[in-house]
Amino acid sequence: MHAFDYHAPTTIEAAIAQLQQSDEAQLLAGGMTLLPTLKQRLAAPSDLVDLSAIAALHGIDASADAIRVGAMATHASVAQSALVREHLPALAELAHGIGDAQVRHRGTLGGSIANNDPAADYPAALVALQAVVHTDRREISAADFFSGMFETALADDELITAVVFPKCITAAYAKFPNPASGYAMAGVFVARLGGQVRVGVTGAAACVYRESTLEQRLTARFEGIALDDVEVSTEDFNEDLHADAAYRGQLVRVMAARAVDQARSR
Amino acid sequence: MMTKTITLTVNGTEHTVDVEPRMLLVEFLREQLTLTGTHVGCETSQCGACVVHLDGRSIKSCTLLAVQADGTHVTTIEGLAKDGQLHPVQAMFKEHHGLQCGFCTPGMIMSAVDLLQQHPDPSDSDIREWLDGNLCRCTGYQYIVNAVRAAAKAGIR
Repeated sequence: MHAFDYHAPTTIEAAIAQLQQSDEAQLLAGGMTLLPTLKQRLAAPSDLVDLSAIAALHGIDASADAIRVGAMATHASVAQSALVREHLPALAELAHGIGDAQVRHRGTLGGSIANNDPAADYPAALVALQAVVHTDRREISAADFFSGMFETALADDELITAVVFPKCITAAYAKFPNPASGYAMAGVFVARLGGQVRVGVTGAAACVYRESTLEQRLTARFEGIALDDVEVSTEDFNEDLHADAAYRGQLVRVMAARAVDQARSR
Repeated sequence: MMTKTITLTVNGTEHTVDVEPRMLLVEFLREQLTLTGTHVGCETSQCGACVVHLDGRSIKSCTLLAVQADGTHVTTIEGLAKDGQLHPVQAMFKEHHGLQCGFCTPGMIMSAVDLLQQHPDPSDSDIREWLDGNLCRCTGYQYIVNAVRAAAKAGIR
């Protein structure tokens, strides 16, 4: 690991100021991706700004129709949150399926979406639920937030404070994990809200996206069997030693059907 | 680069030390405190040989900076036994042959103790799922699961 300076500010303002005054500062959330990256010397930040001591970034609370999850909420805390389990059970289940127990004790929602790994789980939930990403300066809709492979709409000195999700019972997430890495080779989050069905897909392409063919079919008939003869467009799909595009296309359709049937059973 | 002064409690003993920010918690435990029971296996957060408790929760100490542990309580495998008596989960691993070469064992046990603290009565699938982040290349896992199940049945927290 290259050497760096370390800071642990206790306010959002101090964290932003530290980002702005350092040459190549990077934010540190749970570190479950950043630390392995540093250990492999794939990144060499001048400074790490640890967000764990900023109380305003922690916590999960609910309003009448929404749940606000602080950026530093760990996957374990989302999975165990009574509020999330009651009002948005699919999100608790998704969080419970990330990594392993020890990783879930450290990894955070904010860190995951800021990294925007093409195979990360959370982005699928954000786009399907049309969640809103709150930062220190603005609100960004999920559709605008994820802009490409490992790319987001965040400015260099911008910090995610929370994500606001609508309450939604009829939703579920199903993924086909790579047997070695556990990362989704295809992960599909299905949500039905106000008669509209939205489908977020991760792991299959360079960036999370909404699958409009599946959405149309499921808005007409919300049953897994309704997807039996659907052909998922695989034009921009990833191809690697684990799966070609056609196989990932099949996985997306099957995971979507499983998610629908799970959502219907609530 | 500047060093940073941190204060943390390891197995009940408080330490105030200067560390380089890039020092991993596992390096601090093994090299500065010579607590070598915590193992370094894969160094990529996959194998779980380095699992310790940070404020009571199991984490992978190869993927945490020592400076991130400032102000926390850390428990390692050396902190489990009391007065020369094995912790009951350690005793169950011995009783049920939950190890062969022993390299993964400290991490396995630290994960299992955290499981039983959070879920005193886990099902077999709970146990297997919880140990997903701990790799063992000898046992085939069956006796490890038996040991954890036996510890749970004995009412160990």
